[in-house]
Amino acid sequence: MMIGSPTTRGRPSMTLGRLARVTDSDLFYSFRRSPLVVLAAVVTAAIILSALLAPWIAPHNPFDLATLNLLDAFTPPAFEDKGTATYLLGTDDQGRDVLSAIIFGSRMSLLVGLIATLLAMVAGVSLGLISGYAGGKIDAFIMRVADVQLSFPSILIALLIDGLARASLPKELHDQLAVYVLIVAIAASGWVRYARTVRGSTLVERQKEYVQAARVIGRHPLAIMFTHVLPNALGPVLVLVTLHIGEAIITEATLSFLGVGVPPTQPSLGTLIRIGNDFLFSGEWWITVFPGAALVILVLAINVLGDWLRDALNPKLR
Amino acid sequence: MIVMLVVGFIAFSLFNFVGDPVSLMLPPEATQADRDAMRQLLGLDRPFYVQFVTFLENALHGNFGISLRLGRPVSALIAERLPATLELALTATIFALAVGIPVGVYTALRRDSWVSRAMLTTSLIGVSLPNFLIGIFLILIFAVWLGLLPSFGRGDTTQLGFWSTGLLTKSGLKALLLPAITLGFYPVTLVMRLVRAEMLEVLRTDYIKFARARGLSSRAVNFGHALKNTLIPVITVIGLQVGAIIAFAIITETVFQWPGMGLLFIQAVQFADIPVMAAYLCLIGFIFVIINLVVDLLYYLVDPRLRVERMAAAGALR
Repeated sequence: MMIGSPTTRGRPSMTLGRLARVTDSDLFYSFRRSPLVVLAAVVTAAIILSALLAPWIAPHNPFDLATLNLLDAFTPPAFEDKGTATYLLGTDDQGRDVLSAIIFGSRMSLLVGLIATLLAMVAGVSLGLISGYAGGKIDAFIMRVADVQLSFPSILIALLIDGLARASLPKELHDQLAVYVLIVAIAASGWVRYARTVRGSTLVERQKEYVQAARVIGRHPLAIMFTHVLPNALGPVLVLVTLHIGEAIITEATLSFLGVGVPPTQPSLGTLIRIGNDFLFSGEWWITVFPGAALVILVLAINVLGDWLRDALNPKLR
Repeated sequence: MIVMLVVGFIAFSLFNFVGDPVSLMLPPEATQADRDAMRQLLGLDRPFYVQFVTFLENALHGNFGISLRLGRPVSALIAERLPATLELALTATIFALAVGIPVGVYTALRRDSWVSRAMLTTSLIGVSLPNFLIGIFLILIFAVWLGLLPSFGRGDTTQLGFWSTGLLTKSGLKALLLPAITLGFYPVTLVMRLVRAEMLEVLRTDYIKFARARGLSSRAVNFGHALKNTLIPVITVIGLQVGAIIAFAIITETVFQWPGMGLLFIQAVQFADIPVMAAYLCLIGFIFVIINLVVDLLYYLVDPRLRVERMAAAGALR
């Protein structure tokens, strides 16, 4: 029998360095092949960039009261008859530039959405790992809680937590902490999916020999969980995160729209829509429609990316 | 049952640990003796589990205490608002089925036509659109710009015993249209995608090929054989969705100022009105449990295999 297999081929990309390895990968190939995904990535990147650079990019500062002029209130967008080029998308009831408000609002929306998703991920992954690895009563308890929570829509859970915080904290303190309460509420309503997924993969992984070996040499269970099992259970989590971000942003916008989200002094896209909703009937449609459109475009772009990632990473669909 | 107990427990904890009910009910100048008397009157000096059982007993009798915000019994408030929400949820569900199933079947049978592709793309947008934005856009188009339909309230209602219905008057029906479409939009996309996926699956099976080989008309094959088997998972999803629809009615009711339970709940959250929140939570939990039960029973009705398995299991036991 010959030693060395005939299928061994040279890999030219090895010599071309890191960038080539990325551009040669299957993932990048499927990315380049779909123009919709590229568009979504560009849009997402643009929104994130403009949110990061908001203070320098926005044409006006919507929070600087000194620059607001009530005489400019309800200016229609620039393409309408009475609009001016100063306020491209018009102004709201206090003379704030709608475009600038959107840029600052998307900053808030992204911030809350991202942190809430990460928090949910960390909590869910940890609980899922513990649940899957420990088994027994701990597992049964965590999964029972997850089941009960799963039978309620996440928006209801988030509302409930927010209501609880409102009732138990003094009013001034709650106003200060509103953003954090919101983040915790959204995170708490979304951890279950991570816990279930990670528990499933942990149950598979912990039967494997490398885990047995780690146990035999006497490593601490927590160390085994986080250094050995976790990296192997993390694949599906990545997809969940991408899809969850869009949902978290929607949940945030919904709560803010209902008036229980971020305080009006730091508006998110949802708050802007809520403010504009009051002026829908007097004909000032732009105050609502533009933030709404921004929200839809942002979430749609993130969801397209998430869908693509799910399909690209799932070997069954190839 | 366990879910119900857990929900009851959470609601009970809401009552007891969030704020001190005694200090909420007594004027600030009350003496310590007054407080103790009140505590005794309310049974708050008794052990924890006794209080919990009393709470459950009261809840079973529909007694949830008095709203802190409105000063009226919570049960009366809920009874007043319940018909509005149920009518809205029911109409939305019917709308979801009436649109979702035919469109799903169509897209499955004519996979490659441009109509199907357009529908699928629309449904992706539908998933990314937050519920409240759909409502706002519908209001803007049909109520503000076209002036065809009312944008808030229930229109004229008729009293049938304790049930006030908006289904019998023209203005009531008109008022129902926009909220029902808003609420039903997400379930429509869900039902459509599910029916399509299931239908594609079923059409590939052997018994469908056999039915075609027997020379049955494609109508009989598609609707008599394929659709019937498609509907089993649809029932589960719709069952679970009815619960979600009732929860999401909170948002739709806020957008359209629909006088239902959701609006009551969101006001309760804003004012930290604990008894209303607790009662709403119990009621939603109850509805969820009932729906799960109904779905399980429907399974037996729709899927003869389950009945056979049941009998086989019973036979094996004997």
